[in-house]
Amino acid sequence: MDTLVENRAEIWEGFRLTLWMLLVSGILATVLGTVLASFRVSPVGSLRAIGTSYVNVFRNTPLVIILVLSAAFWPTVGLNSIGVLGYSTFVTFAVLGLSVYTAAFVCEAVRSGINSVATGQAEAARSVGMTFTQSLRLVILPQALRAVIPPLTSIYIALAKNTSVAAIVGVPEAAYVMRRLSNKFTSDVYAIFLGIALGYVIIVLVLSGLLQLAERRLAVAR
Amino acid sequence: MRFMRTKAALGATALGLSLAACGSDSNKADVEVAEDVSFDAGTTMADLSDAGTMRIGVKVDQPGIGFQEPGEDAPTGFDIEIGRIIAGGLGIDDDGIEWVETVSDNREPFLEQDKVDIVVASYSITDERRQIVGQAGPYYVTGQQLLVREDDKESITGPEDLEGKNVCSVTGSTSLDRMVDEYGSKPVPFATYSECVDQLTNESVDAVTTDGAILLGYAAEEPDELEVVGEAFSEERYGVGYSKDDTEFCQYITDTIQAAMDDGTWAEAFEATLGESGVDTPEPPEMDPCE
Amino acid sequence: MSAVLFDVPGPQAQRRARIGAAVAAVLATVLVGLVLWKLAAEGEFESELWEDLRQPNIARAIGQGLTSTLSAAASAIVLSVVFGAVLAVARLSDHRVFRIPAAVVIEFFRAVPLLLLIMFVFFGFSNLFSDYWSLVLALMLYNGSVLAEVFRAGVNAVPRGQSEAASAIGMRKSQVMSSVLLPQAVTIMLPAIISQCVVVLKDTALGVIIAYGDLVFQANLIAESVNHTIVPLALAALIFIVINYSLSRLATWLERRFAERGRGGAGGTGTADLQLDPVRGGAGD
Repeated sequence: MDTLVENRAEIWEGFRLTLWMLLVSGILATVLGTVLASFRVSPVGSLRAIGTSYVNVFRNTPLVIILVLSAAFWPTVGLNSIGVLGYSTFVTFAVLGLSVYTAAFVCEAVRSGINSVATGQAEAARSVGMTFTQSLRLVILPQALRAVIPPLTSIYIALAKNTSVAAIVGVPEAAYVMRRLSNKFTSDVYAIFLGIALGYVIIVLVLSGLLQLAERRLAVAR
Repeated sequence: MRFMRTKAALGATALGLSLAACGSDSNKADVEVAEDVSFDAGTTMADLSDAGTMRIGVKVDQPGIGFQEPGEDAPTGFDIEIGRIIAGGLGIDDDGIEWVETVSDNREPFLEQDKVDIVVASYSITDERRQIVGQAGPYYVTGQQLLVREDDKESITGPEDLEGKNVCSVTGSTSLDRMVDEYGSKPVPFATYSECVDQLTNESVDAVTTDGAILLGYAAEEPDELEVVGEAFSEERYGVGYSKDDTEFCQYITDTIQAAMDDGTWAEAFEATLGESGVDTPEPPEMDPCE
Repeated sequence: MSAVLFDVPGPQAQRRARIGAAVAAVLATVLVGLVLWKLAAEGEFESELWEDLRQPNIARAIGQGLTSTLSAAASAIVLSVVFGAVLAVARLSDHRVFRIPAAVVIEFFRAVPLLLLIMFVFFGFSNLFSDYWSLVLALMLYNGSVLAEVFRAGVNAVPRGQSEAASAIGMRKSQVMSSVLLPQAVTIMLPAIISQCVVVLKDTALGVIIAYGDLVFQANLIAESVNHTIVPLALAALIFIVINYSLSRLATWLERRFAERGRGGAGGTGTADLQLDPVRGGAGD
């Protein structure tokens, strides 16, 4: 217990990185995933193929591999110092890897959300002369959003936990802090684990709370 | 010695394990397997010798020290050679050795629970560890050092120059902890040293740190680009772990390694492994007496 | 698929779609080509590398890694199903002494990153568990908790009348659970269990943190020995993609078969949603 209190600054520093990676990759993955989902329902065959291949490739690859490849890839193509806002370049590598991976899951969630919108809605949109993009943007997606929130919640929670893998690609986030502290204070391994684990539990609870709130706000009587 | 290396190289070709990075030698010394050995009944040596097999705990991810070449059955490295020397003295040949993978955290438990007979796994001798297990040696002395880019060798000459700089090592390593705690460096943890070296080459980190022995190997791979700088700023005395209070066994281990140091097998083992990258063979260290 | 989103294309729209398709295909090809070209320019595909990778020991290393990955995943999935079933039963129990601890265990292990669990089991109990068992047990704790929720939903999806009927003919509560509800829940949930196999397989890769000799660990060793990272790791990724893609197809196929058979009656449609979204979402691990 004392170990946790004494090292609170370091633990907080770790979680700050965890939260930052969660925030940025959450946003990037949502944007990329939504674009990919619109590819997957589009009338253009090759876009659908791109979307499908993307999902099959990234959803089925272990995150560890994606992160290791990301950390090796960007410097190889000449991008070796792309840290932003004072976060190291490794944070950027990890964020890019996490986003690319998570986008595949977001894409599938959004796609099934789109499919869950009643057929009549799309038909009505089309009958008033809306184009594919218009009906998607103005009619389908806003409604799909509601259906998408529960699966998105699971995805963001998974993402929060997945940021821990960045501990082996150069980011000293919370999981790294746990490993480091348990090296240093061998007799307190259990307390250190529980303390760091609690941090993640709190993040998960806050996330699901926030998204439940959003769900209630968006809910309409049908 | 020249002759030995040629012989080793021939062996390597036959085994088909010549790979780019870890050189074309078989990474093995010519260790003599004793015949007709006899030890006093009831000693650990007699038990092992009679059984003809021995379990040795080693690391498998430290190039030059204990490293498992992909697809090979047995690991290679200086630690492995020390293990073979100790086994050889008991009349146990390579086929009789079972290599057990250990990591830093399970070396004491493995000895305590008799999951291994000895540990030769870059196992630094410390007083804390000697409370729990026995440690014979040191059979090798190294220390934490820094690997930097050739261009930086003037500006980074020691750990003091790395305050606030990115320093890379493997996740959970004590070397990295020391840089953070004592020199205020920013930690960059990766899964393997080679990833760290890649990040050093592409200028994402300023230094890679771990035991000098390992760093020298990487520096030798790219002598024009990378350089090991400064003196070692910690002393790591690698010892052979055995189960506590087995003084006779400790004496056997110490004597066997001493004999290998005297007859040149130790030097040969070094040349075939750590020395592979062009590092000069050091003087063998003075070993502690067994209590 | 989503034909409702656009009209059946007429000749002009078809032409436009074809042009769009061609443009998108060209762009994607150019993008991928640029990446490959740049990597080739940086020497990531040099012929020496391919020669090294053709050595027989590389194939052996990949074989060993794959075996380790599959065996850890197989043990983990079997144990997870058992652990998940036990947790689900406890959570569905009428007794608070079982229900509450089960809920706490499930929520805790679902919220803690697997990497932390693996490190904890391994370093916290280094005198009890080898790297293999540390990985398997951590996988079991996490995936068992996920599956417990899947089973619970499955049990709830079995029409109520069945458990009432079972009680009416005099079955005890444990009998209702073990011989009526669970067997059906597991069958309904079979596709979800297979999807979970994909998650487990991918997650064995986290064993690298404790140097478990799985496919990714071997790929790292190969990367070290051939002095290139990208190609060996990409090869490992390819193997995972092939296996996991096949498993996903199997899951989809099973799901469709169950849907056709109208299994689970009223629960049928309910399980279908529940099945893919939350579980697949959770598959982000």
